[in-house]
Amino acid sequence: MKVCITSKGDLPESAAENRFGRTPFFVIYDDETGKVIETINNASVNDASGVGPKVVQMLVSKGVNVVITGQVGGNANQGLLTAGIPAYAFGEAETVAEAYAAYKAGTLTRIV
Amino acid sequence: MNIVIASGKGGTGKTMVSVNLAWSISQSHNVHLIDCDAEEPNVHLFFPGERSEQPVTAEVPEVDSEKCTLCGACGEFCRFGAISVLTKSVMIQPHLCHSCGGCQLACPVDAITEVPRKIGMIRQSSPSPSLTVISGILDEGEIAAPEVIKTAKKAGEWDGISVWDGPPGTACPVIETMDGADVCILVTESTPSGLADLKRAASLAKTLGIPRGIVINRSDGEDGPTLAFCKEENIPVIMMIPFDREIAAIHNRGAILSAEKKEWKEKFIQLYEDAIAIAGGNA
Repeated sequence: MKVCITSKGDLPESAAENRFGRTPFFVIYDDETGKVIETINNASVNDASGVGPKVVQMLVSKGVNVVITGQVGGNANQGLLTAGIPAYAFGEAETVAEAYAAYKAGTLTRIV
Repeated sequence: MNIVIASGKGGTGKTMVSVNLAWSISQSHNVHLIDCDAEEPNVHLFFPGERSEQPVTAEVPEVDSEKCTLCGACGEFCRFGAISVLTKSVMIQPHLCHSCGGCQLACPVDAITEVPRKIGMIRQSSPSPSLTVISGILDEGEIAAPEVIKTAKKAGEWDGISVWDGPPGTACPVIETMDGADVCILVTESTPSGLADLKRAASLAKTLGIPRGIVINRSDGEDGPTLAFCKEENIPVIMMIPFDREIAAIHNRGAILSAEKKEWKEKFIQLYEDAIAIAGGNA
């Protein structure tokens, strides 16, 4: 299982990012070990349009199973639904690591 | 003779000039008036009556899931996120598609075909035997205004006189509207934003190689910076419309100024003649 968290930076201590498609970074945890296995610099961050579906496609190619973010737009929502990737809102969590811990504790709200 | 009306800034009076120009020309010639402001077409408000409608479609991809190998080439190619290759299927979001056909070319197994999808319509009427009005109307929420504009222009294409009422701005819809024009009439107002946007529209017309003339609308007599720009760029000012309550009142009730005021019909006929002169002399 790979859990992907939108982030303002490329570390677990970085602040979690509210935007999904236009997040600067994605931090990916391996759910078996609880360790960060990859950080991705978002190549679509400055694209004019259609960012949501493009990001979903990229995450599918990376084998991501779960997304944790702030909010998801309509086009991205459709993409995540079609891809069968659930998304959770990180809520009160401030950092990526806190968001992951809250996900593990089962306290996050599912948004997709 | 194709006359395009543009402005850069919205609300300067493009439609007012287009409607009055076309109506005045139609008193002695046949004319086609094409509303190319597909996102907010308003020309038809001045010509109520019977009209015909036909849909405008754009080509969007359809994937044959039997042939598709989910290789991802189409999704990698698409800049607009309109086609995405996901875990077990290809997702198409037609409202994001720009109909470029690139996904079809990128597909290595010919699994993609193009199918038509309605994005707007063309509305046509004949308010008088000498005047044909064609409006390009983009459906709400759609993005492909240029396709609707192209179709509207095509519907009105002929050897005679056409007046193309353009959209505001200087992006794709305006460029599509200006394409093929013999002369561009830029309608401006003497405000800082009117002038700033006029400069952009004037630059666009120049880049496209279209001769230009300027109409200053709602002139309060303090047009110094606009006149200085026209002089500097060597663009003739071919009409001044004063800031006048009566003119505004006529226009605002959906009436045609030239039809109500003989002197304005004459002025708009003169505008037509000046536009022909700017275009190079032949109607």
